[in-house]
Amino acid sequence: MFSIHCPYCKEPRDQNEFSPAGEAFIARPENPEALSDEEWADYVFYRTNLKGDHWEQWVHTSGCRKYFLVKRSTINHEVIEVATFEEIDSENAS
Amino acid sequence: MQKKYSWYSLLKAGLANQDWDKAIPSSKPKSKYDVIIIGGGGHGLATAYYLAKECGITNVAVVEKGYIGGGNTGRNTTIIRSNYLRDEASSLYEHSMRLWEGLSEDLNFNVMFSQRGVYNLGHTLQDMRDIERRVNANVLNGVDAVVVDHKEIKEQIPIINTSKNVRYPIMGASFQARAGVARHDGVAWGFARAASNLGVDIIQNCEVIDIEVEEGRVKGVKTTQGDILADRVGCVSAGHSSVIARMAGLRLPVESHPLQAFVSEAMKPILHTVVMSNAVHGYVSQSDKGDLVIGAGIDGYNSYAQRGSAKIVEHCAAAILELFPIFSRVRMNRQWGGIVDVCPDACPVISPTKVQGLYFNCGWGTGGFKATPGSGNVFAHTIAQDKQHDLAVPFHIDRFTTGALIDEHGAAGVAH
Repeated sequence: MFSIHCPYCKEPRDQNEFSPAGEAFIARPENPEALSDEEWADYVFYRTNLKGDHWEQWVHTSGCRKYFLVKRSTINHEVIEVATFEEIDSENAS
Repeated sequence: MQKKYSWYSLLKAGLANQDWDKAIPSSKPKSKYDVIIIGGGGHGLATAYYLAKECGITNVAVVEKGYIGGGNTGRNTTIIRSNYLRDEASSLYEHSMRLWEGLSEDLNFNVMFSQRGVYNLGHTLQDMRDIERRVNANVLNGVDAVVVDHKEIKEQIPIINTSKNVRYPIMGASFQARAGVARHDGVAWGFARAASNLGVDIIQNCEVIDIEVEEGRVKGVKTTQGDILADRVGCVSAGHSSVIARMAGLRLPVESHPLQAFVSEAMKPILHTVVMSNAVHGYVSQSDKGDLVIGAGIDGYNSYAQRGSAKIVEHCAAAILELFPIFSRVRMNRQWGGIVDVCPDACPVISPTKVQGLYFNCGWGTGGFKATPGSGNVFAHTIAQDKQHDLAVPFHIDRFTTGALIDEHGAAGVAH
């Protein structure tokens, strides 16, 4: 159990209010028709499943219902950073 | 070589209270093996056992970062069944069930396999349609299964709540009589002991920190107890499969999640069978020791922390209490989590990889325990022949590329 600081509500809220929405920065391919089967499989099914500090998407289901980004340790569940999609993308994420 | 267990050896050692040999001898790694198995859980130990027993490969090491029986094998709710919907899955789980049925004799170790039956409850008309479809599929595949109605369930399990005045009334169930439970850590010990008797080295407290790959071929592993060479490496590390895959430069179609379970204080016998419900999401049996063994679901987020959120436990407890109001004052003793690697189609990967000589057996998700002997058996043959065992063919990792997924979410996605 942990709490997440919602970047929109601007306060820490219990994790129960949020739902996880998967690994972050998986962009939908711009031209799916041009993709090989391997590339499509990688986009749809394959995941990094990182053990460590993991960028992921969460949605504040029982609050503002907005999606945002969380960098969270998958080793001890510590929330390290939260950000909106405007603030961070795959280019400047650390 | 360990002594063979028999009534005579137990009586003799018991009367003298000495002469108890160590169940599993401790081994130090040699510099080279024919096959290295990464992960000393049930599946890994079973793989090593069948490699030695059926494939004639005894120069095998099982490297385990913790201790035998300390991972998911000793953390699950021990349910064993084979009533899966799809032909591919039910063949694999039924193969496993047949091995379970002779396992204690085969291993010379009592794994306390108890075929007490499993009820999979249905709470809606659609549940019942799905159950009938699955039972029909099971019967066609030679798996024993019947549909029972709520009256029959009540007759068999008098303490269950079949009232219509609940949020999800019980309408019926599928019942597999050959299904049941086993002593989970006993399974790990039994396989470990039997494998080491055949010459396999079981190396505990030995964590793999890297995999050596040269020109697309696996050469060996680096561990906390030194480097070990082998031309063939089988990875059976459940929740940590992605971590191991990464060492070899591979990605997997799995994500790791915490799966929780809890047990009550020990009670007199009250529940003689296993009851599972996907709809309200909980499953319960009573161990031979007398405690209720209750399993919950997974948390939606990725984790390697071996613990989950309280809301999952609360949700599961609520479900169990709706099914069994009599348990409302039972006190819970312990609660824990294990890390399970979940595949998108709720089916495992038993497969060679792009790295020659490196094989993966992973993605069992929330339901791997029941498959322990079958999984080890087909994986051993897959490694030994460098060709997938017939039953493992549909579980090739390429199915995520070709699209030939095995959609088992109906029978496997949540409850186990």
